[in-house]
Amino acid sequence: MLKFIFNKLILVIPTIIGITICSFAFVRLLPGDPILAMAGEHGVTPERHAELMERFGYNLPIWQQYWNYIWGLLQGDFGISLSTKRPVIQDFMTLFPATVELGLVAMLFAVIVGVPAGIFAAVKRGSWFDQVTMGAALTGYSMPIFWWGLLLIILFSGTLGWTPVSGRIALSFFFKPVTGFMLIDSILSGKSGAFLSAARHLILPAIVLGTIPLAVVARQTRSAMLEVLGEDYVRTARAKGLKPSRVIGLHALRNAMIPVITTIGLQVGLLLGGAILTETIFSWPGIGKWMIESISKRDYVVVQSGLLLIALVVMAVNLIVDVLYAVINPRIRVK
Amino acid sequence: MQLMKTLLAATALVATMSGGVYAKQLVYCSEASPAHFDPGPLTGGNDFDASARTIYNRLVEFEHGGTALQPGLAETYEVSADGLEITFKLRAGVKFHTTSYFTPTRDMNADDVIFSFERQWKEDNPWFAYLSGMTWDYFQGMDMPKYLKEIVKVDDLTVKFVLNEPNAPMIANLGMDFATIVSKEYADKLEAAGTKELFSTQPIGTGPFQFVDYQQDAVIRYQAFADYWGGKQPIDDLIFAITPDAAARAQKLIAGECDIMPYPAPADIAGLQANENLVVMEQEGLNIGYMSYNTTTPPFDNVNVRKALNMAVNKATIIEAVYQGAGQPATNLIPPTMWSYNTTVTDDAYDPEAAKKLLEEAGVTGLTLDLWAMPVSRPYNPNAQRVAELIQADWAAIGVTANIVSYEWTEYRTRGKVKDRAGAFQIGWTGDNGDPDNFFATLFSCSAIGVSNYSSWCNQEFEDLIQKAKTTPDMAERTKLYEEAQVVFKREAPALTIAHSKVFLPMNKRVQGYLMDPLGIHRFDGVDVTE
Repeated sequence: MLKFIFNKLILVIPTIIGITICSFAFVRLLPGDPILAMAGEHGVTPERHAELMERFGYNLPIWQQYWNYIWGLLQGDFGISLSTKRPVIQDFMTLFPATVELGLVAMLFAVIVGVPAGIFAAVKRGSWFDQVTMGAALTGYSMPIFWWGLLLIILFSGTLGWTPVSGRIALSFFFKPVTGFMLIDSILSGKSGAFLSAARHLILPAIVLGTIPLAVVARQTRSAMLEVLGEDYVRTARAKGLKPSRVIGLHALRNAMIPVITTIGLQVGLLLGGAILTETIFSWPGIGKWMIESISKRDYVVVQSGLLLIALVVMAVNLIVDVLYAVINPRIRVK
Repeated sequence: MQLMKTLLAATALVATMSGGVYAKQLVYCSEASPAHFDPGPLTGGNDFDASARTIYNRLVEFEHGGTALQPGLAETYEVSADGLEITFKLRAGVKFHTTSYFTPTRDMNADDVIFSFERQWKEDNPWFAYLSGMTWDYFQGMDMPKYLKEIVKVDDLTVKFVLNEPNAPMIANLGMDFATIVSKEYADKLEAAGTKELFSTQPIGTGPFQFVDYQQDAVIRYQAFADYWGGKQPIDDLIFAITPDAAARAQKLIAGECDIMPYPAPADIAGLQANENLVVMEQEGLNIGYMSYNTTTPPFDNVNVRKALNMAVNKATIIEAVYQGAGQPATNLIPPTMWSYNTTVTDDAYDPEAAKKLLEEAGVTGLTLDLWAMPVSRPYNPNAQRVAELIQADWAAIGVTANIVSYEWTEYRTRGKVKDRAGAFQIGWTGDNGDPDNFFATLFSCSAIGVSNYSSWCNQEFEDLIQKAKTTPDMAERTKLYEEAQVVFKREAPALTIAHSKVFLPMNKRVQGYLMDPLGIHRFDGVDVTE
């Protein structure tokens, strides 16, 4: 098992190098530069522009800029934001828990709704339930996040007044964050109603962010279940006279879950992508919103290091999924 | 009976106390997170709203709701006859905020004023680069190093600004956000503790509100400063709920989650106006949307060609279709609300036939040009693409073919500034300080070519007028010079002045006493809320 993990880790190194090159190049390929982005309509004289480019080291040959970046990274220095002047790692650590919290709840929503929906659709294959569920899943998968988010806000917050429009907790609750996870911090604050408020603020963003993973999970569960339900051992189990609930719940579901778990792991990257839009609509102070603002400001340091940090997280999650997968299925670690 | 009396007394006490602890709170749904809270190096309007206008003051202040200058931390000022010295008499007894992280031991004085400017000016000042990679863009952009010779402390409450040459807009510049007065005592304390960076995250000022807390990208909390020299504010707590999406801001306002929101999406305005719980304030913006011709390249070096193109554009249609009535056709470069606006200048009438004739006379036939459209919505032009389409159609009517071009916003401005840029370039401006110089010199002076003069236009007559106005201290004289400059501008037509837009500010009806500022700043001093 250790060898399996070691081999996986070896593969991670070239991936990280590749990511640093991509993130470094991506932000520089965008038109303009941080100085011009900052100047706005005011403009900047060519002399001042040259002076500032030199001060920030952006006049150096590109390979040298890259080397300086990597050299900093090797020393654990992710750089300092050009706009906020704060260390990138500090901003990341502050904002990341908000994204994780939103992502986890969105994933929970996707799994709790998606897995049973997929199972029932498979068991009742061809029924109206199957058709409606899969139709809804296709719609959910194709739904533009921005539009979907605004639609829910207008309906549930603006018209019905059931949920708050945006933010993480009602403004009347004021306490210093301890963990950065609002659900936990609201309990730690000891203020009555704080947890409920934090939970209510999570409902809409989690539904919006969880919609696409929900569609994917439901469809994956259905097809995995259908495959397994046609297997000989399931037929044998049925022939033995086992109760249908036992055949489906124990024999079929367990095997069908392997590809579903893989799918869930792969959704993490998708979730972080979706978080960019969801966080912007719901004023959610996470890394998605942070990235968008940094890209528009051409904050090279935040974009290159932020993307790297996000990629590291995605890789770590995928590694964990791989390990879990190997634990469940011994054939994988032998290969 | 005794028991009854005791109960009544207790009830009265509780009622009084609960009345006493009730805090009046105003929630402002701001559009973006501030970079930090030290206005000196910052440039964004949202940065200034969150720091300069809430936490700090300046020597002079813009009149609330206008652009006239009023006494701020300086009670009076005097300009010497040669215009080279400005002496400020500071207000006595101005307190800096007392917070959990700083307790001032003295009142604001001349040392604070000198420190506030020298940190931006002198490279050997230990605060010149107290944050990594910081720049003082406004201080540089307003040419302060060029004009300032020295700042002298006459006594504790008197400061003298000595200039290298007379500069009439200097006083207005000192009302701008970058000219905020900060505490030297606080800076010294942080320097001694080796924690200078806290200056930008734990601000101390003299302003109407003091900083309480900032949760990154989410909420900023302030409380009214009890010892504010202008008196304690009617509200107790001011909260900025950071909400970048305009549609979400509108929904928050409707749901009562915030009291005021800036920058509504044009499509939401009618709905907000129809909501009985809301008021939508509106004001003429201190802005101009225009289109620059490159006056150095033929045939646009010919004034008659520029005039003909201007005459062919139907501005009224643009105002109706793109600004949806929330704007007015621009005759001059400066908006009518600004002092020195020349009412005698008449706009080139919309006359396609005359335009066609003028082009023929200039010997221009079959003209094809690029028509630049900004890729983003700006306060002075909500949809440059649509404006470009309308102009394209107008020009087609006089036989001119326009190809609409657009680039990513930063790239757009970079390409627009190139000396031999082809075609007509849409751009605009929102005033910084209410001084006409901020429009004329910034946008059309010879020295702004390659920076923000997108017409590459350098007209000696115009240049002489605006440069003279800059160094003339007498207001009436300056007004005359700028009025003349507008005549020259209209005659020479280096650009098509398209429109001045209106700015909208929706708020809950419970908000009282809010005044919209033409400079686009959002300030909450003097604002109250009904219960």
